[in-house]
Amino acid sequence: MDRRSLEEKLFKVLMIASTLIVVGSLFALFSAIVLKGAPALSLSMITQTPQGGYYLGKGGGVLNAIVGSLYLGIGATILALLIALPVALFLQKDYIGRSRFATITRLSLDVLWGVPSIVYGAFGFIIMVYLGIRASLLGGIIVLMLLELPIMIRALDEVVRRVPQELKDESYAMGATRLETTIKVVFRQILPGAVTGVLLAFGRGIGDAASILFTTGYTDRLPHSLFDPVASLPLAVFFQLGTPFPEVQQRAYASAVILLVIVLLLSIISRLLTRRFTKYVIR
Amino acid sequence: MTLLKPYISVEGLNVSYGKCPALQNITMQIPEKQITVIIGPSGCGKTTLLKCLNRLIDLTEGVKLSGRVFVDGVDIYSSRGVDPAQIRRKMGFLSQRPFPLPMSIYDNVAYGLRLNGLKDKLKVDAVVEHHLKLVGLWEEVRHRLKSPAWNLSAGQQQRLCLARSLAVEPEAILGDEPTSALDPMSSQRIEKIFLELKSQYTIVVVTHILRQAKRLADYVIFLYLGKLIEHGPARSIFENPKEPATQAYIRGEIS
Amino acid sequence: MRFRRLKDFLASRLMLSATVFSTLLVILIAVGLYFKSRPILSVQPLSKLLFSSSWHPLNGEFGLSSFLLGTLWVTGVAMIIAIPLCLLTSIYLAEYAPRRVRGIVKPMIDLLAGIPSVVYGLFGILLIVPLTKSIASAFGSTTNGYNVLSGGIVLAMMVFPVIIAISTEVIESVPYGMREASLALGSTKWQATKLVVSRGALPGLIAAIVLGFTRAFGETMAVLMVVGNVAKAPSSVFDPAYPLPALIANNYGEMMSVPLYGSALLFAALVLLVVVFLFSLVARTILLRVERGYQVG
Repeated sequence: MDRRSLEEKLFKVLMIASTLIVVGSLFALFSAIVLKGAPALSLSMITQTPQGGYYLGKGGGVLNAIVGSLYLGIGATILALLIALPVALFLQKDYIGRSRFATITRLSLDVLWGVPSIVYGAFGFIIMVYLGIRASLLGGIIVLMLLELPIMIRALDEVVRRVPQELKDESYAMGATRLETTIKVVFRQILPGAVTGVLLAFGRGIGDAASILFTTGYTDRLPHSLFDPVASLPLAVFFQLGTPFPEVQQRAYASAVILLVIVLLLSIISRLLTRRFTKYVIR
Repeated sequence: MTLLKPYISVEGLNVSYGKCPALQNITMQIPEKQITVIIGPSGCGKTTLLKCLNRLIDLTEGVKLSGRVFVDGVDIYSSRGVDPAQIRRKMGFLSQRPFPLPMSIYDNVAYGLRLNGLKDKLKVDAVVEHHLKLVGLWEEVRHRLKSPAWNLSAGQQQRLCLARSLAVEPEAILGDEPTSALDPMSSQRIEKIFLELKSQYTIVVVTHILRQAKRLADYVIFLYLGKLIEHGPARSIFENPKEPATQAYIRGEIS
Repeated sequence: MRFRRLKDFLASRLMLSATVFSTLLVILIAVGLYFKSRPILSVQPLSKLLFSSSWHPLNGEFGLSSFLLGTLWVTGVAMIIAIPLCLLTSIYLAEYAPRRVRGIVKPMIDLLAGIPSVVYGLFGILLIVPLTKSIASAFGSTTNGYNVLSGGIVLAMMVFPVIIAISTEVIESVPYGMREASLALGSTKWQATKLVVSRGALPGLIAAIVLGFTRAFGETMAVLMVVGNVAKAPSSVFDPAYPLPALIANNYGEMMSVPLYGSALLFAALVLLVVVFLFSLVARTILLRVERGYQVG
């Protein structure tokens, strides 16, 4: 008996220790970045673009990157949503549900989910060369859209699947078409989960660097047109880190703090919106 | 019929989930080596009561329990020196749906034995064979003992669960509607096995099928809305119920 | 009514095209990468590309083996760290943690999933690189901190949320009755978890690990920043390495100037795609079998 309870106690300790390590690493990350970056975080960082000599330590901020990332993220997310939503809806039983086509689709979406972002970047590069687009906002939006697509489809698919069939059947029983049922019934039901999924994909898109490395370029100016290179926060962090000046490196950390804040905000907003919209969901 | 020595004795048992009372002030006794059937309309606490008898109720979150339950003279809820695992080993448990463990047929029956440290392969083989024979499964599965247990039919699975429970040599068997997920033929087989086993084991079965209760019971306990309404030898309960609720239930008016 | 039916029909056609597009996307990417790899594949045999360790683009030598090995080393270290930690944490969250703890910890782990790669890289530089330096000196090796171990630790952190989320769900979905059955036979809670629940959850757990591996394999930025980027296969965790994704990311600029360089890099991307494809296939097949009822009930 003693060996059994000893084993149980040992594993309980190990389990709690593991959990603490995992959660602790999160805290370590946040504290390290915030502590290092907060000193360099000033109003000018958020409101100004790099002035002359910024990378040598002079004045300015990363507004170009903040706005650039927002444009990239919003553009990509909207485009991805336009494709992801129909696909997620199409995967319902009402349309292609259990068919072989659906299985193949889900399989390829799984693979897409696992494709590294650098491969998306490489592919995006090929497309852009083929289409004659150079590194620009448009290129970045296209690549990020491809990156976000499987994430969004998976999240939306999970929510759509949970809509009870009885609910939809009642709509059909009243003579509604599939489209009408989808718009009137399914949409309301999936709203909270869909919001979370969209924000999740958005966060992933904004934070990615590998895919936009060669498809978006970089610039110190605010975005002007779709066909100009655009700055982004992840790359801002990366480039500022690469300079030999400690003041600029500090700014890299500050930019990272900005990124973290955005991610945190997205998480909080998605939770709040979910709670709010869950009022309308029928259980 | 005289009441034989009680194997389980419940005193003042109160159970509530959060704010909802599930069992109120239950005091009763379960006779040894007989089949006691707990009857009552669905959702009245029968399963809860059963799970209190072997402390399986401990698993449920948010349960508040007070009172005493004596098994073979020992209060299983007393705060000192009681090992729930030991208690449970004394009582086999069959749930509504058969739950074979995710392993082979052989390993299912051997599971409990191995838990208790029995390693000698020959001995384990013998015990497995003996108990599979006891529940009438031996001929059906002897050639595929190593195949996964979940490939069996529901009736076979439930018999396997019974064999598994018996293999650890319990003193009692608790059944929570053990035939409700089975077809009539399998149900019959299980009932037949219970009737054969009662000479050696104390059996407590929860059921909502009155006819099954009548077939099996030596002693009956009637629960309604979490309260113990009436209990006694089977014949007197079925033929001469005293409480109005019991009468209504026997007549089939409440279910 | 006709008009409504027409709308429904058009809508479903639109959905079909979107779905077909999404399904074909993988193939499109594979085909695109393959076409761009043709130039180098026609000049060098596949075996040389994959197994030679001489990487001298200016001389036309594009042996990828040191990079492949580098990737394997880093990913391997990451999995060795992540698997036990994640499994233990998942079991704790699914079986033992009080509801309140679960409610706080789970969202935190999800938060880990949303942190951008570069930020992980920064964290790596700040804390992990010095850490491995001291660990190395404790073992008698020297390193400047930019090595496989640093890459592995950072990668492990990035993989935590994936493995934990899936594992926790899989363990929670093992039917309650199975735990009851084990306990009813006289096991302790831990024995039930060790012998029964883990058996029932095993396929799902394997899928979770495979998915974690997939994620780790292709991760670029964070690893790039801490792993040293030296094009030689590592012989210890304290050696630097040069994983395949880092190779592609670092040398993009040179792509245009040196002949066949671009093709070689895109071939490397193709290799990444193929590996990810195989692993995703394996994981999804396992999960499909689980859904179809490998478990009882």
